[in-house]
Amino acid sequence: MTVVEDRPAVRAGTRAVTLDGVVKRFGTGPAGVLALDGVSLEVEPGSFTCLVGASGCGKTTLLRMIAGLEQPTAGTVEAGGRTALLFQEAALFPWLTAARNVELPMRLARVPRADRRRRSAELLDLVHLGGFAARRPHELSGGMRQRVALARALAQDADVLLMDEPFGALDAITRDLLHEELERLWQATGLTIVFVTHNVREAVKLGDRVVLLSSRPGRVAATFDVGVPRPRRMEDHDVASLSAEVTARLREEVRRHGRT
Amino acid sequence: MAVRDRELDLLGLDVLERHEEPGRRRLTRVAAVLWPKLAAVALALGIWQLVAISGWRPSYVLPGPGPVLGRLLTDLGNGSLVEATAITLRRAVVGYALALVVGLLVGLAVARVKPLRLAVASGITGLQTMPSIAWFPLAILLFALGEGAILFVIVLGAAPSIANGVISGMDHVPSLLRDAGRAMGARGLAAYRHVLLPAALPSFVAGLKQGWAFAWRSLMAGELLVVIASSPSLGVRLQFAREFSDAEGLLAAMLVILVVGIVVDAFGFGLVERAILRNRGLGDST
Repeated sequence: MTVVEDRPAVRAGTRAVTLDGVVKRFGTGPAGVLALDGVSLEVEPGSFTCLVGASGCGKTTLLRMIAGLEQPTAGTVEAGGRTALLFQEAALFPWLTAARNVELPMRLARVPRADRRRRSAELLDLVHLGGFAARRPHELSGGMRQRVALARALAQDADVLLMDEPFGALDAITRDLLHEELERLWQATGLTIVFVTHNVREAVKLGDRVVLLSSRPGRVAATFDVGVPRPRRMEDHDVASLSAEVTARLREEVRRHGRT
Repeated sequence: MAVRDRELDLLGLDVLERHEEPGRRRLTRVAAVLWPKLAAVALALGIWQLVAISGWRPSYVLPGPGPVLGRLLTDLGNGSLVEATAITLRRAVVGYALALVVGLLVGLAVARVKPLRLAVASGITGLQTMPSIAWFPLAILLFALGEGAILFVIVLGAAPSIANGVISGMDHVPSLLRDAGRAMGARGLAAYRHVLLPAALPSFVAGLKQGWAFAWRSLMAGELLVVIASSPSLGVRLQFAREFSDAEGLLAAMLVILVVGIVVDAFGFGLVERAILRNRGLGDST
């Protein structure tokens, strides 16, 4: 964790992610789909925000807009500082070793080679993959690939880490371990995290705040502050009861939109 | 030991999914790959020998493998066949290099510019189906009987395959990798350098390989049609051998043509292609 010590807990002057009346429509005319309709959201620096909602509620679209991969049809999306995006799949470059994958964002940022090498080794250690630097993505398991992707996202030295169901495809034990690591990293670095998931318990376990999105079109249906002290466990009573509350609200949203 | 256990613990359950490659001895592996190839060569020579001794054609028209291989060694030994091969290979290298530049530039332009793609993408595939020999009358009119005519046809034969390799490679870059590149700030040239071109590489190399086959065929057609007496190339040797009814010399030159084509394909492109695929976990293990 020596990697992150030189970093202030919250960067001075970092603004939160700000979404203001964001509308996103795919296609035009009657065949067009209104994915998001007037989403406004503010994310505090250094906070951990979880976005939950049924599939098709535009969670991923929202994240892609914050990352600059998509433009809103109307409204404004403002990300204070740099963003890094972690996909559901690791999206590693198959022609690069784990270490070179982690180095790539630094290469793009013209970090000198020696610094790159050192930093990527540190980041791989941080995600407990120090011994796997020379492996190629296909030689790693799903969880290990996702860790490399996490190290690569951290290598971008971003202020806001956007995570799109990053642990959705992993088994429960691997996922729990990665949850712990993520919380530890978040507390150590003062990163702002926006985490998208359809798993309500995961959201409640990780987030300071859980934002519930309605489906088609996506709107902010409710916001829950998670007051449960950390470290939290999936099985904790408080986590379970808040999860039940959020789930009940999510069901209501799903029913209201005539979807099952 | 305890530290190691802790590390394994931290790697999570799915560490069990990882499969280690069984370490096979290199020598046995090479032997396993080699013997079917040698057996195939022996079989081909055997069939040739049988046809030769069957008396289907007199031996001055169709000599058996023994005399031809003897002639091959003689011609290689006195340097004449080596010189011819060098002349032909030099043309192949120059023509192929030109085709590479043209194919790469056209491929990148077509992959990038939509109207251009609509205009010429199917035309490029059309060019591939055009037999290269059909270009020669025009090439001879344009460039007279000379090197230019041969190079022109090599480029026309090989460049479409190379361009198509680039185009399909760029088309099939997974959007996830494009997005991953963009999300980490790879734009413009950097995106090409670090994301798009490496992702397109396997398809590009497949195009290069096919382009080589077309180039080599076009070159042989060219050397038979565009006979430049001052440059005794492999094609010229074929022509002269036929005119002088020198079947042994003809077959010896043909063997060289066959072997060069195979060697470049297998050891040049084949090895590169396999290394690329293996690096990405796509190749077979043989």
